[in-house]
Amino acid sequence: MKKKIIELKNITKNFNDETVLDNINLYVNENEFVTLLGPSGCGKTTTLRIIGGFETPTEGNLFFDGKIINDIPPYKRQINTVFQKYALFPHLNVFENIAFGLKIKKLKKSEITYKVNKILKLVGLENFCNRDINSLSGGQQQRIAIARALVNEPKVLLLDEPLGALDLKLRKEMQIELKNMQKRIGITFVYVTHDQEEALTMSDTVAILNEGVIQQIGTPVDIYNEPKNAFVANFIGESNIIDGIMLDDYKVMFCNKVFTCVDKGFSKDENIDVVIRPEDLVITDENKGLLKGVIKSVIFKGVHYEMLVNAEDFEFMVHSTLKFPLGSNVGLTLTPEDIHIMKKSNN
Amino acid sequence: MKNKAKLLTYPYIVWMGLFIILPVLLVFLYSITFNEINNIKTISFTINNYKMFFTPVYIQVTLRSIYLAALSTIICLALGYPIAMIIANSKMTSKSILLLLFILPMWMNMLLRTYAWMTILGNNGLINTLLANLGLPTLNLLYNNGAVILGMVYNFIPFMVLPIYTTLSKMDNSLIEVSEDLGANKVQTFIKVIFPLSLPGVISGIIMVFMPAVSSFVIPKLLGGGKDALIGTLIEKLFSLGDWNFGSAVSIVMMFIILLSMAVMNRFDVDKEGGAGLW
Ligand SMILES: Nc1ncnc2c1ncn2[C@@H]1O[C@H](COP(=O)(O)OP(=O)(O)OP(=O)(O)O)[C@@H](O)[C@H]1O
Ligand SMILES: [Mg+2]
Repeated sequence: MKKKIIELKNITKNFNDETVLDNINLYVNENEFVTLLGPSGCGKTTTLRIIGGFETPTEGNLFFDGKIINDIPPYKRQINTVFQKYALFPHLNVFENIAFGLKIKKLKKSEITYKVNKILKLVGLENFCNRDINSLSGGQQQRIAIARALVNEPKVLLLDEPLGALDLKLRKEMQIELKNMQKRIGITFVYVTHDQEEALTMSDTVAILNEGVIQQIGTPVDIYNEPKNAFVANFIGESNIIDGIMLDDYKVMFCNKVFTCVDKGFSKDENIDVVIRPEDLVITDENKGLLKGVIKSVIFKGVHYEMLVNAEDFEFMVHSTLKFPLGSNVGLTLTPEDIHIMKKSNN
Repeated sequence: MKNKAKLLTYPYIVWMGLFIILPVLLVFLYSITFNEINNIKTISFTINNYKMFFTPVYIQVTLRSIYLAALSTIICLALGYPIAMIIANSKMTSKSILLLLFILPMWMNMLLRTYAWMTILGNNGLINTLLANLGLPTLNLLYNNGAVILGMVYNFIPFMVLPIYTTLSKMDNSLIEVSEDLGANKVQTFIKVIFPLSLPGVISGIIMVFMPAVSSFVIPKLLGGGKDALIGTLIEKLFSLGDWNFGSAVSIVMMFIILLSMAVMNRFDVDKEGGAGLW
């Protein structure tokens, strides 16, 4: 049985009458890697700051190990944070920055030196001990910030877009390194990012946030394959989102055609969103497809071609490794499993 | 572009030459000569003025001045730091009001403010009248070192508060949050993060209070009654008695004391940032 280490229950946060977080419910199991994913300004940092103790929730309760910790100050929480803006101490060098928490805990000097050197090695910055913070590159500063939090071996580590300043190659390396560290040391991670790929590759659980409301919580595979609403579908990878009507169980109409699908349980003739992934659509001969269309644009994306196909007044985005000539008439086909039906969301 | 900028500095250089360098040179010239300088040909040099200064009487005056100025600076720091913190941490609206309240007396003439203290502390002043009315014995509040220190602290404390306030309000709040995140409580955060980061402001505050305090003559004259000579009052007395040469020598020595104390303080100013640019 997994143990919940952190739990947010009905957390709401207002800033001067503006609701930034709306009734958030989320729990984090011990040693789990949970990612908060969402567009800029959706409340990711605010959620993290509530867990870290830098904001108090307007409503709701925050539990740590089953105890309410709403009013416990940050320094008494067994949680460390890697802040979005690194926030390294400018008056201390690299060693002193990392040793800060250990010195507060009054560890022995030899022990501090040992731990700091070990963690510096882990983030690939040995021999940086005496460097001035201002002499480091953005990526190095970020890694020092991670090391400074990690060296305290907290029960829970909060990370606010910790890889934001790194270039693609280093980011990929650090993603793997962080994930390995998390597994090896056995720390619970609450990770914030707006990079969906990063969220999907690293996390055990992803919580998708939009405008202060949790849209969906699930494993990366679940979220990718079974997005709960059009927002999630669109945010996680690219999607075609089409207005449709649910005629009956397993029967949906869109683009003036009736399709068989695998969803049921909607009311008769309910208006819904149909979500189709670009890679699930297959381009065929003009007469063999379920829909007829014209190729409007072709862009090479490295591994595949991204094509826009106009069919029944809707521009379908299609990903394919085969290239079709611009302006040619084609057919589009798809299987019932590729049609995802979603309730219309209110926002 | 560069040349234009250079041109713009010329008036400033001329101004500096005329009103800063030249007077200092003149003072220096006076300090190493006899009598008045009327004729270049009759000028005769001496180091007697400096020799005279380094006799026990004047050394004592210097030490007393430094002692009083240092004490005033320490009191300004002890009072000013918490005040700066309160202002920096107050809400946006009350912040500007608090700051204004603090700066407002600075717009009044220093002489006037010092006279005001005389009427408060004097034998027939506000406090003693009050004590007398209550049937209590009156106190000798005026014309002692305590009154001088009080006057200096009152007059110069804004120069301590402002630079500290500036560094505190510029401080990145996330650094304080990181400190708490890493397990430091409020006191530890103050000692390990807030105070070290405000050091540039503290140092320029110390310089800006110590400098006028060590050379002040209005305050010791009015509130101290001029009983114990200080460097400032000594210079003023020498010049008004017509001994420009010795007065100049004392001025030059005082300038060195100030320059020296600035150099010492600047050594602590790690990153040369903050309020040091205020003056
Ligand atoms: N102290 C505050 N006072 C007022 N509004 C705030 C405050 N902090 C955050 N907000 C608002 O709350 C909303 C959510 O902010 P938050 O920082 O949590 O977003 P985020 O998801 O972390 O965005 P990003 O990806 O850009 O970092 C924003 O609209 C922001 O303006
Ligand atoms: Mg953020």
